[in-house]
Amino acid sequence: MLNDQHKGKSRRIKEQWIKAIFFIVAFASISVLALIVIFLFMEGLPIFSKVSVKDFIFGHYWYPTSEPPEFGIFPLIVASLSVTMISSLISIPLGVFTALYLAEVASRRLREWVKPLVELLAALPSVVIGFFGMVIVAPFLQDFLDIPVGLNLFNASLMLAFMSVPTICSISEDAIFSVPRELKEASLALGATRWETIGRVVIPASISGISTAVILGMSRAIGETMVVLMVAGGAAMIPASIFDPVRPMPASIAAEMAEAPFRGDHYYALFATGIALFAFTLIFNLAADYISNRYRQVGASTL
Amino acid sequence: MKTKSLIIIAVIATIFFGANLALAGNLVITGSTTVLPIAQKVAEAYMSQNPDVKISISGGGSGEGMKALIDGTTNIADSSRFIKDTEVKQAVDKGRYPVPFAIAYDCIIPVVHPSNTVVNLTVQQLKGIYKGDIKNWKEMGGPDKKIVVISRDSSSGTYEVWDEKVMNKEKVSPAALMQASNGAIVQAVSSNQNAIGYIGIGYVDNSVKALLVNRVKGTAETALNGTFPIHRALYMFTDGWPKGDTLNFINFMLHPQKGQKYVKEEGFVPMY
Repeated sequence: MLNDQHKGKSRRIKEQWIKAIFFIVAFASISVLALIVIFLFMEGLPIFSKVSVKDFIFGHYWYPTSEPPEFGIFPLIVASLSVTMISSLISIPLGVFTALYLAEVASRRLREWVKPLVELLAALPSVVIGFFGMVIVAPFLQDFLDIPVGLNLFNASLMLAFMSVPTICSISEDAIFSVPRELKEASLALGATRWETIGRVVIPASISGISTAVILGMSRAIGETMVVLMVAGGAAMIPASIFDPVRPMPASIAAEMAEAPFRGDHYYALFATGIALFAFTLIFNLAADYISNRYRQVGASTL
Repeated sequence: MKTKSLIIIAVIATIFFGANLALAGNLVITGSTTVLPIAQKVAEAYMSQNPDVKISISGGGSGEGMKALIDGTTNIADSSRFIKDTEVKQAVDKGRYPVPFAIAYDCIIPVVHPSNTVVNLTVQQLKGIYKGDIKNWKEMGGPDKKIVVISRDSSSGTYEVWDEKVMNKEKVSPAALMQASNGAIVQAVSSNQNAIGYIGIGYVDNSVKALLVNRVKGTAETALNGTFPIHRALYMFTDGWPKGDTLNFINFMLHPQKGQKYVKEEGFVPMY
């Protein structure tokens, strides 16, 4: 009896220890994140004593090293958004249709081969994709379309699409594959064709997973640095066509941070650009969260 | 349990202090990516002659180098530009006194695609092209093609020289493509028949064609005697007048038969 009591006590202590360790681990990763955000704002906000928030966000000229300097990141924001939009137009159909094919149409053996291959695309370092875009795709675009420069919005979007397809495909495929079997069987039993089943049962049932996949793919595209640094061309102007060079926010930060005088206005302006970028990715992630909760499929009956 | 944790603490402490001890004989060099190849070559030669000194070198840019010098995390800061007033002020606030050593000249050469028929441009023409006033190669006797203007990022040291010597403080057109390194400019110009860019003399190779500026070819001699208009000095900064290993290294760097030999090997123009 004494022994049992002792055992119970030591178990409780052990339990509390484990709880404490888990708490510390979880707290550590969250606090590191919080510190980074605090740092970002501390280093970025001082620029707004020199330029107003409105001039910073809607200013059309980015001349951080001129005398006097101009810190307008509107062309950079437009570049980031347009690159993300165009790459999504390419990557969403590719990613979602590949996922549908793999989960619903392809044979089990083919699926086991192709899915890892698509996921391998995600393992390609972005610098490799960037180099490919710079050395192979850019000269090809120049010659094929007879445009002045191959390092442009379209090339960058194409390369970013390559990077988002694996994310979109892999997560959508998981969502589609986990649609309950009885739903599909019921649909087929009612006489629906395979295509009707996919369009009216499988996609609605997995839409929350597919949306999450799409938004995660897009946030990967908007935050990607190396590719846009290498292939977007880097001209800080508002593009008039999709074959104009652009300068997305991450490229600007990466290219200039190294040479910006420490805690000078240019340095603060680059961190403030980082805040803008952070705001965009945060919006994307909140949207993904909202959509995946809003359209969550709870059991088969809610369809 | 207790002994175990004591042992772990002892091991960690040893690693920590051991690392600190090892740092004592070390020399840290950081800063401009333009100076990086020179610093690397010279440091290798210096270490092979002085095996007891370990030199660690990193790039990151002139601004990063200055920041490291101000923070006291480096012995020598490489820079492709002179120190800025704001940086001097920050350094002095922290009780540091940056001392510059000019170690080499860098000559910036405008380059075009090898197939381009244009041979010579004046500084005025270069300025017109980069401002966006001159838009077509036919205005300089070339083919009827739109000029693709490629510039370095506005915060790079190379851009600053271009800004000062060519643009005369006027702004480069926002339509100009910005590339983050000399290598990227060579790559972009060599794959685009209508492109023009500018690079350090050490990066000129057969994949691009170097232009004459005001009918002067950019070489070591023309940079040193000042007839080639686009050139700049490269620096190493130390905190206060250097002492010990740092002083020895700077002396080695500036020696005509030692460090300066590697300056030339790397394609820059030696000072002595």
